[in-house]
Amino acid sequence: MSGPTGPVVWADVAPFPQAAKQQLAKTEQRETLRRVTHQIRDKRASVVGERDDWQELRLAGEAIKNRTLRHLDTYLEQAEAALTAAGVTVHWAVDADHANRIIHALVSETGETEVVKIKSMATMEIGINEYLKKRGITAIETDLAELIVQMDHDRPSHILVPAIHKNRSEIREVFDEHMPGTPDDLSDEPAELAGQARRHLRETFLRAKVAISGANFVIAETGTLCIVESEGNGRMCLTLPDTLISVVGIEKVLPTFADLEVFLQLLPRSSTGERMNPYTSLWTGVTPGDGPQNQHVVLVDNGRTKVLADTVGRQALRCIRCSACLNVCPVYERTGGHAYGSVYPGPIGAILTPQLRGMDDAVDRALPFASSLCGACYEVCPVRINIPQVLTHLRGKAVEHDRAHHHHLLERVAFKAATAGFNNPNIYGVGLAVGLPSAHAAAGKDGIHWLPFVGGRWTRSRDVLPPPKQSFRQWWKKQPGGGS
Amino acid sequence: MRVAMFVTCVNDAMFPDTGKATMAILRRLGVDVEFPLEQSCCGQPHYNSGYQDEALPLLHRFVRAFADVDLIVSPSGSCVSMVHEYYPSLAAKSGDAVLQADVEAIVPRTLELSQMLVDRLGVVDVGAYFPHTVTYHPACHGLRMLDLGDRYPRLLTAVDGLELLDLPDAAECCGFGGTFALKNADTSAAMVNTKVDNILDSGAHVLATSDNSCLLNIGGALVRRTQAMRFMHVAEILATTKAGGDDWRLTLPALATADA
Repeated sequence: MSGPTGPVVWADVAPFPQAAKQQLAKTEQRETLRRVTHQIRDKRASVVGERDDWQELRLAGEAIKNRTLRHLDTYLEQAEAALTAAGVTVHWAVDADHANRIIHALVSETGETEVVKIKSMATMEIGINEYLKKRGITAIETDLAELIVQMDHDRPSHILVPAIHKNRSEIREVFDEHMPGTPDDLSDEPAELAGQARRHLRETFLRAKVAISGANFVIAETGTLCIVESEGNGRMCLTLPDTLISVVGIEKVLPTFADLEVFLQLLPRSSTGERMNPYTSLWTGVTPGDGPQNQHVVLVDNGRTKVLADTVGRQALRCIRCSACLNVCPVYERTGGHAYGSVYPGPIGAILTPQLRGMDDAVDRALPFASSLCGACYEVCPVRINIPQVLTHLRGKAVEHDRAHHHHLLERVAFKAATAGFNNPNIYGVGLAVGLPSAHAAAGKDGIHWLPFVGGRWTRSRDVLPPPKQSFRQWWKKQPGGGS
Repeated sequence: MRVAMFVTCVNDAMFPDTGKATMAILRRLGVDVEFPLEQSCCGQPHYNSGYQDEALPLLHRFVRAFADVDLIVSPSGSCVSMVHEYYPSLAAKSGDAVLQADVEAIVPRTLELSQMLVDRLGVVDVGAYFPHTVTYHPACHGLRMLDLGDRYPRLLTAVDGLELLDLPDAAECCGFGGTFALKNADTSAAMVNTKVDNILDSGAHVLATSDNSCLLNIGGALVRRTQAMRFMHVAEILATTKAGGDDWRLTLPALATADA
């Protein structure tokens, strides 16, 4: 199995249909995914239902993000100036490798070989943990679920709950095997597991000199960074170490402090289904004698300006990584995140990954098709990203790629023929008049239970319903006054 | 006012009774409905599979077929949402100003059947009689792209003799998604199996839905599990009356007139 390497998409992954098939076979995982996605889904629905201005909030979130993206250059330069004035060193990274080199150099300067991390999608996207590891620096995840995944040498399968695919007895086993100081009699009670993780992480926090974070928002007018979290591990990382390196995608900027009003309402309700998340940290540069004295922000492009250039696809840059679309997606609920092969799974991943990476690889080309276009994702998206619209747009790009590379000839011929047939009354009408009676006779009253080739993908799990003897138009023509 | 039915290619070829039922309901409510034979497919299968260029000639055909009528009514939320959601951008992309203007004019005139009944005609009780337990699967595109809401449940509740039973996780997709069912067959099968479980759990004798493409999928999976359950488009329930039964399957009912 060969797949793309490098950031965003993991090496050794298969295109979605095959990867999904492997994941679908894991019955225990499917049970866990179903239970947890439905729990978060229901919680979200209930706290969103409390707000009679929810649709207005979504519109406001969409409008603020659109305005920011329209003037992204201006706001980024404003943010850089404000951050610099507040004592933060700002770095610009063109791509993942560039960002990794900057971060590695900054950590190396401190002489430390261990850094603590706050869960962050941007750092996952650039693959900083692996990059540092190869150079003798250990990055320790401090978000509990992210830590579980890291200790188990596994991959996250959800943006918000990266260990969603593991149940509590599996988590106990991970602790038992990998977490120093885990007592033999540790049970799989969530409170006991959390207690053990807390003891372990406290020691890590107290010796950490360098922290790497992401950021949910960067305020251009003030140079303020904002991190929203649930466990307090973020607060520890943001206050205890001497050096803080924040890795931020360039689309995370917001023009004004007042804009947070909208997003701090949209994000927790959409994400964890809470009215407010437990910890919201806001900091504006260096405060002498308090918190990290050596602060850096790495602003990462890594394909984002390319996405911005696409008038349909750019709405994906509004994403605030809440993961509501994952929790409502009937595809994600069944396959889980690993099938998407990307740090960005689910519906948002299906439109973000191929845009950030381009369509040259089969893994990326398969992602826009990993959806039934049911629209549940768009319905819950707090910034109204029309995911089905972007999916169909990207499907068009995948077909363009196939056309240029002479792939899927049969499919292309079939669609061309279908258009020609549907567009010609003689072919369409006569086809129905002649074809239906024979199809009806062949299928009998029970329908068709088995078909060869591609048709087998249908009949493996469903019958082909028996076609009628006569099309609607045949019948209509025989009605009094019909044929009009 | 001239009203035409857009039957859709799936109904034309596979579910002609849904077209007959749509005609019957509207004629009984005094609406004379035409059927322009020039119509065929809206182009959604092409569009949603990434063949946008191939969808364009079918957009032209749709516009031509229905150019002369005031309203276009269709028993498919999915095909109507194709017209509403994607025709404008497809026309814009073609660079054809005339087509763009035609599409702009035709979009607001294209209605899904329940929008026609509830919003335009202001009718919830269409005079139907169907003494069975029914559960209703709201098809995704009608539900989310057209925002049909509770129009069909209201129409069904008003049917004499009908008992509407809850479908667990009703709004969850059945896994059809056009070519999705073939390209991602395993995932699609997992989805339709859940849908069938929920349908059987509802305890109803009849499954009704607002889009027959879903029935190709759900029905095909349902018959593997049981032969005891019937499934049909809501229109076929609404067309059935105490006096006439389902004679509409055979002949077009008379057009109701104001003094009749």
